[in-house]
Amino acid sequence: MSLIDISGNLLFVAFIAYLVATLLFGGSIKQSNATGKNTDKWGKLAIIVTIIGFLSQLGYFITRWIYTGHAPVSNMFEFTTAFGMFIVAAFILIYFIYRLTALGLIALPVALLIIAYAAMFPNEVSPLVPSLQSHWLTIHVITAALGQSILAISAVAGLIYLLKVVDLKKPSKQRFWLEAVMFFLVVVIGFVVATSIFSAMGYESNYTYVDKEGTERQITYNMPPLFGMNEYKAVEEHGMSPLVEMPALINAKKLTTVVWSLLVGSILYLLIRLIGRRRISAIFQPFVQRVNLHLVDEIGYRSVLIGFPVFTLGALIFAMIWAQQAWSRFWGWDPKEVWALITWLFYAAFLHLRLSKGWEGEKSAWLALIGFGIILFNLIAVNLIIAGLHSYAAS
Amino acid sequence: MENIICACGHSNPYGTKLCEKCGRPLTEEGKETKVVDMRYDGMAIRSKTYNKTFIDKIWNFFSSVKVGITLIIITLVAASIGTILPQEMYVNAPEANKAEYYEKVYGWFGKVYNNLGLSDLYTTVWFQILVGMLAISIIVASLDRGIPLHKSLKNQRVKRHESFMKRQRIIAEGQVQNPDETLDKVEQKMTELKYKVRRDGSALLAERGRFARYGPYINHVGLIIFLAGVMLRLVPGFHVDETIWIREGETRAIPGMDGYFIKNNEFTLETHDNKPQGEQLAQGVNVMAKNYQTDVTLYKQPEGALPGDLDNLEKVKDYSIRVNHPLKENGFALYQMNYRLNELKQMNFNLVNKANEDESLGQIEIDLTNPKKEYDLGNGSSVEILIYTPDFSGFENGEPQTKTSIPNNPAFLFRMKTPETPKGEVSFVEIMKPPLEPLGENKYRMKFAGADTRDSSNFTIRKDSTVPILFVGGIIFMIGVVIGSYWNHRRLWLQVEPDGRVLMAAHVNKNMFSMKKDLDAVTSFAELPQYEDQLEKPEDAEKPKKRGIKKKEGDSTL
Repeated sequence: MSLIDISGNLLFVAFIAYLVATLLFGGSIKQSNATGKNTDKWGKLAIIVTIIGFLSQLGYFITRWIYTGHAPVSNMFEFTTAFGMFIVAAFILIYFIYRLTALGLIALPVALLIIAYAAMFPNEVSPLVPSLQSHWLTIHVITAALGQSILAISAVAGLIYLLKVVDLKKPSKQRFWLEAVMFFLVVVIGFVVATSIFSAMGYESNYTYVDKEGTERQITYNMPPLFGMNEYKAVEEHGMSPLVEMPALINAKKLTTVVWSLLVGSILYLLIRLIGRRRISAIFQPFVQRVNLHLVDEIGYRSVLIGFPVFTLGALIFAMIWAQQAWSRFWGWDPKEVWALITWLFYAAFLHLRLSKGWEGEKSAWLALIGFGIILFNLIAVNLIIAGLHSYAAS
Repeated sequence: MENIICACGHSNPYGTKLCEKCGRPLTEEGKETKVVDMRYDGMAIRSKTYNKTFIDKIWNFFSSVKVGITLIIITLVAASIGTILPQEMYVNAPEANKAEYYEKVYGWFGKVYNNLGLSDLYTTVWFQILVGMLAISIIVASLDRGIPLHKSLKNQRVKRHESFMKRQRIIAEGQVQNPDETLDKVEQKMTELKYKVRRDGSALLAERGRFARYGPYINHVGLIIFLAGVMLRLVPGFHVDETIWIREGETRAIPGMDGYFIKNNEFTLETHDNKPQGEQLAQGVNVMAKNYQTDVTLYKQPEGALPGDLDNLEKVKDYSIRVNHPLKENGFALYQMNYRLNELKQMNFNLVNKANEDESLGQIEIDLTNPKKEYDLGNGSSVEILIYTPDFSGFENGEPQTKTSIPNNPAFLFRMKTPETPKGEVSFVEIMKPPLEPLGENKYRMKFAGADTRDSSNFTIRKDSTVPILFVGGIIFMIGVVIGSYWNHRRLWLQVEPDGRVLMAAHVNKNMFSMKKDLDAVTSFAELPQYEDQLEKPEDAEKPKKRGIKKKEGDSTL
C-alpha cells in the first residue's frame, strides 16, 4: 500500500470515528436527561473516539504532506478537509476547557458535513503552480483555516444557544430562520448524496458551448443536465437533455449541481420531517435542554476572542506578507482578499456590539451564525462562483 | 460649565459620574442604582458631556460606538458589492474598451455596474471617504474614552468612599477581630497572587493587570498607524511601481531605480511533466507551469557617471528572479510578472537570382530591434532597407503600417543592388508571403534563410517605503487585541476600621470567574466575611450546576 492510499484510509477512519463519536455524544446527553445525572462514561468514550478520529485525520494530513511534498491545503479538497480537521481540533480544545457535551453533538456533525463536502472534489495530488511554491502557503493557509475553525465553534455554540432559547411552539422569525439553518445543513447532505450517487453510476455527458467571451469550449457534466450551457451542443449525452438553456453569464453546470443538491436536500428534509413528525430544530432541542445558557454564551464569545486574532494573523497579515512577495503588492482587492476583509470587519462589529452595546445571549448567537455564513460563503461561493487570483483553489 | 464639588471636597470636572478622589456617585442616577457603571471608571467623557456647539456635535458623532459599528457595516457591504463582477484591473480588455467589455459580457447589469463606478469601486472617492470616516471614528472614540480612563487609572486613590464601594458588583461586609492583622494578611495573599498592593491607613487597594484596560486603545493605535501607512503611499517618493520588458541578451536601465541596469541572461519556463487529470483536464489546461525564471545580472553605474554611459557599469550581482523570489536591492524589489516566448530576434535572407535560387550572392542578418540601413555583400552587391515595419498591419496610402514596435510580423522594403542591376530593384517582403514588386518585375529576390528567436521577460519594479509602517501597525494591533482579550483588570478595595468593621469591594473589567477565584483564596486566608455578587441572578443560583462545570460570566467593560 502506498503512502497516498494509507493517507486516504486514515481519512476514512477519521470520518467513521467522528460519526461514532457524534452518536456517543448524543447517547451521553440522552442518558443524562433520562437519569438526571451526568453519565460520564458515554461522554468520556465519545471524547476518546473523537480524539482517535482527530489523530487519524492528523495522520492523513501528515502522510499526504510527505507524499506530495507540500502542505495539503492547496486545492478545494485538501483545504476543506483541513478546515474540518481544525474544527475538530478547536472543539477538542474548547471541550477540555468547558466540558460541554452538547458542543460535540453539533460541532462533530458540522465537521463531518464539511469533510464529506470536501470529498466531493477531486482528491488527486496535483503539483503546485509557481505562485504557490512558498513556505507562506503552509503558514498563511493553515493559520487562516485555524482562525476560521475557532470562529466556527462560536457558531456551534450559537446554534446550541438558539436551539435552547427559541420557542418552537409558536411561529416566529427566529423559529423560521433556525429551521432555515437546519435546512441548509440538510442541503449540504443533499449535495453529498447526489454527487456520490451520480459518481457511483459513473455518469458523464459532454457538451460544447460558447462562453461569455465568445470562445467555443467543452464541458463535462457529472450530473444529469437540468440546465444547458450557452448555445450548447451535445457531444456525448446520456439519459436526458438539458431542460433549459442558460445565458453565457451563468455556469449551467454549477447551477445544475446546486439544483440537484436542493432537490435531493428537500426530499431528505421532507423525509426527516415525515419520520420525525417535528421540525429538525425540535428534534435537536431535547439534547440541549440542560445546557447552561451562560456557559454556551461564554463559549461562543471566547471562541471569537481566540479566533479573531488568529484569523487576523493568518488571513490578513500573513496573506499580505505573501502577496507582497508573490504578486508584488500586499493588497489587490481580489475577491478572496475582499471577503477575508469582510469577515474581519464583521467580527470586529460583533466584538464592538458585544462589548459596548451589550449584545449578549441570543443576539450574539445569531451574529455568530451569520459570521460562519460569511466564512462558508468565502470558502464555497468565492472559490466556485467569483473567479479571482485564488480560483486555483477551485480544482 | 461648572465643576462639581463632591462631598469630600474634591472638585471634579463637569460631567464626572464618580468622584475622582473618593468615588462617590455624583449623578442622581448613580445615587439610585445598586451597582454603578464602572465603564471608564466614572470619568467625564467629552462626548457624553457636551452637545452644544457644532464641534461638539461632530465629535459626538464620530465618538459614538453606534456610528462606528454602522460605518464598519457600510464598509463591509460596499466592499462586498465590489466582488459581484470582476474589478476593472482584473478585466482582460484594453483600458479604453473596458466599458464596452462590461456591457458586452454582462449585458445591462454590467453596463449599470460600470456606469455606477462599481467596477472600480475601491478607488472611488466615496469608498475612500468611507474608510477615512472609519479612521476618524477610531481616533475620536479612542481619545474620547482613552484619555479620561488613563487619567483615572493613573490617579487612583487607595481610599474610596463607602457609597462607591457599596455600589460595586462584588461586596462584602462584616466584622473582624484584629484589623491590622487582617490588612496584613490580605496584603500578603494579594501580593502572592501577583497583585500590586497599596495601603493608606485603614484602606487597601490591590490591583492586577491594569494594562489590560489599554488593549482596545493599543489595537486602535495599531490600526491608525496601518491606515496612515496606506495613506502615505499617495505621497510621491514613498511608493515606486514601474514595469519593464526586457529581452534575452539585452541590458536596460531600470525605470524608477536611477543608476541601475539589468541584463536578461536567460528566461526559463519549466512545466510539470504530470499527466493532466481531473479538473485540470476538464478546464483544458494541458501543461502546468512549474517555474518561471529569469537569470539576470544587476549592474550599477559608478558614482558621477553620465546618465547614458553604459561602458563602465559595475556588476552588483547575478540572480535568478522567480515567482516568490524577487530580486531585492537597496529597498527595491524586482518581480517576475510575465513573459513572451520565441519573440523574433534576427532574420536572415539570401540575395538570390530568381533563375538560380540555390546560388546566393550573400546573406544578410537583420537584427530586428536594431536593423542596419545597408548591408554590403561585397562583389558589388548590397541590400538597403528602405522601410522596416516590425509589426506589419497593412498599407495605408501606399505606406506600410506597423501596429507595435515589437517584431511580431516584420516586413521590409528592400533595395537590392547587384553588378547586373546596379540601379537596384525594390521588393517588399513579409514573412510567409510572396514578395511584392511595386516597381516592376525583378530579377533578384530576398530568400528567407532562417530566423533566431529569444524570450522576453516582464518585471515589476517596486519600492514601498510604507511597508515597515504597515508592519509596525499590524504588530501593534495584534498586541492590543491580545492584551485586551486575554488579560483582565482586577481590583480589590478593602477598608478595615479600627473597630473591626470590614467593607470590601471588587471590580473586574471582564471574566468575573478569575476575580472570584482570587477572592475565594483571599477570603479564606484572611478570614474575611463572605462576599456577595450583586448581579448574580437568583434563577441561576437556584439551578443545580452541572458537575465539573465552572460557571463563567461574560460581563465586559472596556
